[in-house]
Amino acid sequence: MAAAAAAARRVSCSLLRRDHRHLLPLLRPFASSAGGQPQLTVETSVPFTGHKIDPPSRSVDTNPSELLSFFREMSLMRRMEIAADSLYKSKLIRGFCHLYDGQEAVAIGLEASITKKDAIITAYRDHCIYLARGGSLVESFAELMGRRAGCSKGKGGSMHFYKKESGFFGGHGIVGAQVPLGCGLAFAQRYLKEGTVTFALYGDGAANQGQLFEALNISALWDLPVILVCENNHYGMGTAEWRAAKSPAYYKRGDYVPGLKVDGMDVLAVKQACKFAKEYALQNGPIILEMDTYRYHGHSMSDPGSTYRTRDEITGVRQERDPIERVRKLIVSYELATASELKDFEKEVRKEVDEAIAQAKESPMPDPSELFTNVYVKGFGVEAFGADRKEVKAVLP
Amino acid sequence: MATAMALRLFGRRTSIAARGFSSSCETEKAAKDGKPINLFSAINQALHIALDTDPRAYVFGEDVRFGGVFRCTTGLADRFGRSRVFNTPLCEQGIVGFAIGLAAMGNRAIAEIQFADYIYPAFDQIVNEAAKFRYRSGNEFNCGGLTIRTPYGAVGHGGHYHSQSPESFFCHVPGLKVVIPRSPQQAKGLLLSCIRDPNPSIFFEPKWLYRLAVEEVPEHDYMLPLSEAEVIRQGSDITLVGWGAQLSVLEQACVEAAKEGISCELIDLRTLIPWDKETVEASVRKTGKLLISHEAPVTGGFGAEISASIAESCFLRLEAPVARICGLDTPFPLVYEQFYMPTKNKILDAIKATVNY
Repeated sequence: MAAAAAAARRVSCSLLRRDHRHLLPLLRPFASSAGGQPQLTVETSVPFTGHKIDPPSRSVDTNPSELLSFFREMSLMRRMEIAADSLYKSKLIRGFCHLYDGQEAVAIGLEASITKKDAIITAYRDHCIYLARGGSLVESFAELMGRRAGCSKGKGGSMHFYKKESGFFGGHGIVGAQVPLGCGLAFAQRYLKEGTVTFALYGDGAANQGQLFEALNISALWDLPVILVCENNHYGMGTAEWRAAKSPAYYKRGDYVPGLKVDGMDVLAVKQACKFAKEYALQNGPIILEMDTYRYHGHSMSDPGSTYRTRDEITGVRQERDPIERVRKLIVSYELATASELKDFEKEVRKEVDEAIAQAKESPMPDPSELFTNVYVKGFGVEAFGADRKEVKAVLP
Repeated sequence: MATAMALRLFGRRTSIAARGFSSSCETEKAAKDGKPINLFSAINQALHIALDTDPRAYVFGEDVRFGGVFRCTTGLADRFGRSRVFNTPLCEQGIVGFAIGLAAMGNRAIAEIQFADYIYPAFDQIVNEAAKFRYRSGNEFNCGGLTIRTPYGAVGHGGHYHSQSPESFFCHVPGLKVVIPRSPQQAKGLLLSCIRDPNPSIFFEPKWLYRLAVEEVPEHDYMLPLSEAEVIRQGSDITLVGWGAQLSVLEQACVEAAKEGISCELIDLRTLIPWDKETVEASVRKTGKLLISHEAPVTGGFGAEISASIAESCFLRLEAPVARICGLDTPFPLVYEQFYMPTKNKILDAIKATVNY
């Protein structure tokens, strides 16, 4: 055991020193079959609970580089969200901004279990999922600030991040509307027969939308390879789950569709559950995953997040269940890196985020002509005048 | 960066703050003895009165118990109890369907849809159930006690899903009433009228004005008539028609036009369906010109209906084509809001073009 740990440490040291720059721009975890790495087996925090299905084992296989990349990416996401918070307060980001810090393990664990050919669709708390799908920091910040270099060319904003090449279908403002859409994606995937699935993410608030049940019924009827993931952070905006739902056991609400309850703050549990779910869905049709997670920020930047929950609750979760701390403890206990090395990691992450913000700030706002693009090729022919007819005039294209 | 500066220049953040609205010159008017309060407080007062005067009135929606995301429902739960003021889960279709049922049993159901942009899941219930209930049952049943309150309109940074003006979708449905107030004093009276009106109504509240519009509002119980437009500024050269927050923009344009010697008559439609054709026609017969302005996209907006109707009835009197200065035919944009919106300068421009036609 000591020898294995020592071996792991040697490997990871070299990873840290040599591959610093290598790890820096990477935003997806190493494949766990990276040659010659020791295999680690970690138990999840709690066992999985199944509804009409036998849950997978709570022993998860992983390796040092995967754990380190988990740590790095979650730190990156955490840093990005906090930076977005201060950008919003300095009015560089306007409109709506829904932050994901606290829930990073769901995005990372999910990504670790699938490929870029699988599709993910989510609601408006999408910055970190975009990053996990291979999006860049610069594009994220630029989109948040409404600039041209943004992933949606500045036309979408915080709630509408998309990435076609990696199967990230966004980014939706209307609660619950993305789930039937996700089932439609899975429908197409079934025809394509490429062994791909769709993960449709939604929150505990959205779980009460009627369209979810319609989509579930159709998916189950037609055996669509869709996995519905309820990111249960226990509050739908300001409403606690027990006030909104007769049954807050969201993994059971599929009734005839099996479900799994997962500790969403444990990235390894998330990875295991998503891997299991993907295999299941390809054979049998829909399955529901309920991720028990938590968001530190309020619902959005206009919500302090403390009027409907106590500060003690928030700090309690932060101390006991924080996803990044969990991985940090794992890394330190397996001696894959020292605490100070991890702190250096975090400093670099901070620097990277700051550089990305600086770069994003230089991007200009989209050209006013973009107002009319991507809607009609030839519009209704209505003339639109600017503030002064002499200066700006556009016929809708 | 220059574009950002230019955009700010075109913005409408200029002079709406704490501006009283010009008093009307119409007959039915509440006494001017109130305290200056803003729009959400006026609506809050109306709701307090509604629940107080009718023990079978209920207020519900997402997050209304703590006061609502715009503070319109503050204090109601404490005063009237949890069985009359309660939160619903996140399901607009459920909220409206439930409200229709409650109203069908003779109650006053005041349902809130948190943002008008979210009203579409409830569209089927509103159009197919609420609007047709009385008609299809031969007056055996009705859901007249239904009032749906919802904030609508641009707010400066709302983007696609917090800025929409969907009023015209509902104006196309016989059986509903659509009411839009322009100011706190109007809002209180009109909301009480909607609640007490024996027809299902949708009350669109201009969210831009929730804090910004401050006016003296009488504290007592008063109602303002539905389906009556109000001429809020007399003029002789051109008739301007609008509703909601857009009226403040129109009014600024009137003031500017007056400097150039154009006398504008400004009409607040107040109720969109059934709308007060007579007032608008009388005004157009006086001025011979009409301009309509609303935030919703121009094609298919309610301005189109007014325009067609006036063209039919006042064709020979019209001296210029009816002008519509409205939102553009694009989804409500994120960063281009200042270009999309029907601003004062666009309206002024159109006033001049119409008058000099």
